[in-house]
Amino acid sequence: MINVLFFAQVRELLGQSALAVEASESTVTAEDLRAQLAAKDDKWGKVLAADKLLVAVNQTISSWDTPVEDGDEVAFFPPVTGG
Amino acid sequence: MATELNAVRVQTEDFSVPSEYALIAGDNSDGAVVTFVGKVRDFNDGSVVTDLTLEHYPGMTEAVLNQIAVEARERWPLNNVTIIHRVGTMALGEQIVFIGVTSAHRKAAFAACEFLIDFLKTKAPFWKLEAGDKGANWVEAKDADEQAAKMWVKE
Repeated sequence: MINVLFFAQVRELLGQSALAVEASESTVTAEDLRAQLAAKDDKWGKVLAADKLLVAVNQTISSWDTPVEDGDEVAFFPPVTGG
Repeated sequence: MATELNAVRVQTEDFSVPSEYALIAGDNSDGAVVTFVGKVRDFNDGSVVTDLTLEHYPGMTEAVLNQIAVEARERWPLNNVTIIHRVGTMALGEQIVFIGVTSAHRKAAFAACEFLIDFLKTKAPFWKLEAGDKGANWVEAKDADEQAAKMWVKE
């Protein structure tokens, strides 16, 4: 399983903060996982299509072509605004 | 005696600037102590703000703040580095973030403090939700913050 986390607006709009996703053979990169989740329905498609969406793989902000595999923690979130 | 120390804390409770100052300023080989405090202000983009809620990514946040402190230390001769960032809901005027840096000389301490806040604003996984007279809104990331962080990237 891939442990998927959502933060801030993404969490709020999806109505959930975490999700366990079964990795399939076609889930090779962070972009594949994003597309897989975005295909769930219109709401997920819209929220996860955001052009400023960021992804962290195993707690490191990563590019969309970063490999993901079983046991990974993948988080989707908007640009950060702390400080 | 130099005691190389990075202190990174993410917490809901408030912090005391005099206490944090005392913790980092005890070394007499440090001639410079620079501190920065970010607090909740009463406006953003022309709207009234009444309080602010900070969300973060537990685990990743601490790692990123430690990494930023290490990077600052690689660039300037620093002694103590403290980064404290609060999460949860904060009222108007409350303190959000503390950065404290000590060094033998002021230029390194000023530069490192500015670098730390610029990088924290664009790299550390914190998100602000502002409540005000128009309801609650997530704060949009500013291009100016991204530009400020990029200024520090070595060619």
